[in-house]
Amino acid sequence: MSVNRRQFLKRAGALTALGLGGSFVLTGIRGKIADAASQTPSYQKQKQGLVAKHWAMVVDMSKFKTEEDIERVIQSCDTIHNIPDFGNKKDEIKWIWKDDFEHTFTESKNEYLTENFKELPFMIMCNHCENPPCVKACPTGATFKRADDGIVMMDYHRCIGCRFCMGACPFGARSFNYRDPKPHIKTINPDFPTRTIGVVEKCTFCVERLEKGLKPACVEASKGGLIFGDLDDTNSEVRKIISSKFTIRRKSELGTQPSVYYLVGGEESV
Amino acid sequence: MFEKALTGSKRYWAWIFFLLAVIALGVMAYLRQFNEGLGLTGMSRDVSWGLYIAQFTFLVGVAASAVMLVTPYYLHDFKRFGKLVILGEFLAIAAVIMCILFIFVDVGQPMRILNVLLYPQLHSVMFYDMCVLAGYLVINLVVGWTTLGAEKKGTPPPKWVKPIIYLSIPWAFSIHTVTAFLYAGLPGRFFWMTAIMAARFLASAFAAGPALLILLALLVRKLSKFDPDPGIGAIQSLVKIIRYAMIANVFFYICEVFTAFYSNSPDEMAPFKYVFFGLDGHTSLVPFMWTAAVLAIVGIALLIFPTRENKVLLPIALLSIFLANWIDKGIVLIIAGFVPNSFERVTEYFPSGNEISIVVGIYAIGALIITVLYKIAISVREQNQI
Repeated sequence: MSVNRRQFLKRAGALTALGLGGSFVLTGIRGKIADAASQTPSYQKQKQGLVAKHWAMVVDMSKFKTEEDIERVIQSCDTIHNIPDFGNKKDEIKWIWKDDFEHTFTESKNEYLTENFKELPFMIMCNHCENPPCVKACPTGATFKRADDGIVMMDYHRCIGCRFCMGACPFGARSFNYRDPKPHIKTINPDFPTRTIGVVEKCTFCVERLEKGLKPACVEASKGGLIFGDLDDTNSEVRKIISSKFTIRRKSELGTQPSVYYLVGGEESV
Repeated sequence: MFEKALTGSKRYWAWIFFLLAVIALGVMAYLRQFNEGLGLTGMSRDVSWGLYIAQFTFLVGVAASAVMLVTPYYLHDFKRFGKLVILGEFLAIAAVIMCILFIFVDVGQPMRILNVLLYPQLHSVMFYDMCVLAGYLVINLVVGWTTLGAEKKGTPPPKWVKPIIYLSIPWAFSIHTVTAFLYAGLPGRFFWMTAIMAARFLASAFAAGPALLILLALLVRKLSKFDPDPGIGAIQSLVKIIRYAMIANVFFYICEVFTAFYSNSPDEMAPFKYVFFGLDGHTSLVPFMWTAAVLAIVGIALLIFPTRENKVLLPIALLSIFLANWIDKGIVLIIAGFVPNSFERVTEYFPSGNEISIVVGIYAIGALIITVLYKIAISVREQNQI
C-alpha cells in the first residue's frame, strides 16, 4: 500500500486530533478527582500513638536466659511482619536475630574469654543510627531517616534494589528479596504488607505499632529484656539506663551513632 | 556513515551473527532472572554485589582510559595518536554502554531505575555516578561521530567540537573517581575504605584500557587495510603509558598492603589475607589473586625490556596486563570487600551459570558495538586511503 504525502498528512492530523482529544478527556476526569480530593480535609499527622524525639532501645542481656526467651522475641517479629523463610542462608531475610558475643562485638573479644562468654547470645537488629550510612548511600531516598523521631525507614515502592545500602550498612542489618517472598511466608498477616521481589527491607522499630500506641512487637514479647523509649527524654527508662549504667554499642568507633544499646552487666553492674 | 556497517565480508557477517547468538542467550538468561529474581545469581545477604557490579567497575576504567589518547593528541598535539584516537573514543562508547547494562541487570527492580533521576539524592554517590556516566557517553558519541564525519568529508572537525573534546578530559577522570567514591566512603568496608582507591582505580584503568586498545588496533591492522600505526610509533608510545600506569598501579597496591600489615590492624589485614591466603579455610579467590599478581609482574617485565617491541611478546604482555587488572577489579575487589562480613564471618560467593550467561551476553553486546563502530571507522579510513 502506498501513501502519498496528502494522505499521510490527513491521517497524521486525524491521529493527533484523537490523541489530543483523548488527553483532554483524561485530564478532565483526573481534574475532577483532584477537586474532590481537595475538598476533603488535608492530611494531618496523627496525634495519637507513641511519639518521641529519638527512639532508642536497650537490650538487657541479663533477661535473655534461655533459648526460649530469644526465640519468642524473634518469632513475634517474624510473624507480624510477614518474614519469609527460604530455608537457606543465601536468600535469608531477617529483621531481628541472635548472634554470639564474639561475632557481635568483634572488637571487644579476647582470646581468654571462656567459651560460655564467647557464645553468649545477643539480640541484633537495625541500629537506627543517628548518622545512617545506608541513608546516605541510597540513590532514590527509598531509605530515609524520619526527622521527627529518628527511625530509619524503608519505602518498598521506591526502592530500586541496587543494594548500595547493604554495602553501606556496617551492621549487616539489611536483607534483600532475592526471591519472591510470598510463597515462603508461613501464615500471612493481612495487617502488614508483604514485600515484592527485588527490594531491600529491615527492622523499622514497628512504626505501624507505634502509630497505634503500641510498643514494638519484640519489646512486648521480651518481658522486659528489650527496653524502648525516647532517648531525648531525660526521664525515660532508656535514658536513665544509658546515662547511668555501662552499656555498649556495636562498632561505635565508626561514628554512625547506633540507637541500640546493650546493657551487658545487667542489674549487677554499677 | 552508518551504512558502512551494513556492508561487509562473509567473515564480518559471520562474526556479527555469532555475537547476536551469544546476546540472545544472554537475553534469555536475563528474562529468567527478571522473572525469578536475583536469587538466580550467586549473590547473598552477605555478599550483596557480585560479578555484575565488578564488571561495571572494571569497564568504567576502560571507558575512562580513552583520555590517555585524547589528552596527548588534542591537548599536546601529539600527532602519532591521530589514527588511534577514534578507536579509543569508540571503545569508550562501548564500555560505557556495557557499564549501564551491568547496572541495569544488577538492580532488583529494573523498571524503577529512573527513580534515581526522579528523586535525586544529592548525598548519594550513585546519583553522581549515573550523571557522569551518561554525560561521558554523550560526549564520546558526539566527539567520535563528528570527528569521523569530518574526516569522511576530508575537512577538519568543526570548531564547536573542540571545547567538548577538552571537557572530555576532566570528565574521564571524574567517571572513575566517582566510581571509586562509591566504595571508598563506606564505613566498615575496610578493603574499600582507603584514600588511595580513586588513584588506584585510575592507574589500573590507564593500564588495562590502553592495553585492550592496542590489542584491538593490532586486530584491526590484521583484518583490514587500515593500519592505525603505519610505522609512526603510536603503539610504542602508548605502551610507555601502559607501562608506567601499571607500575603506578602495583605501587599503590603495595602501599595498601604495607599500611594494612605494618599497622597490624586486623580489620585492614583480613581481606588481604582472604585474597592471598584464604580466611577460615575459605580460599576461592586465592588462585585468582596469585594469577593476577604473576600476570602483573610478567606484563610489566615484558614492557620494560626491549621485548616490548617483539611482535609475539607484545600482545602477550598486553594481554597479561589486561587480565591482571580484570581479575583484580573485575572479580576480586568487589567480592573481597564483603569478606569478612560485619560479624567477621566468611561467606563465599560463586557466580551461577545464569549470572555468567548474562555477563557474557553483555560483553557480546559490547563486542557488537565495537565491531560496528570500528567497521565504520575503518571503512572511512580505507576510503580515504584510496
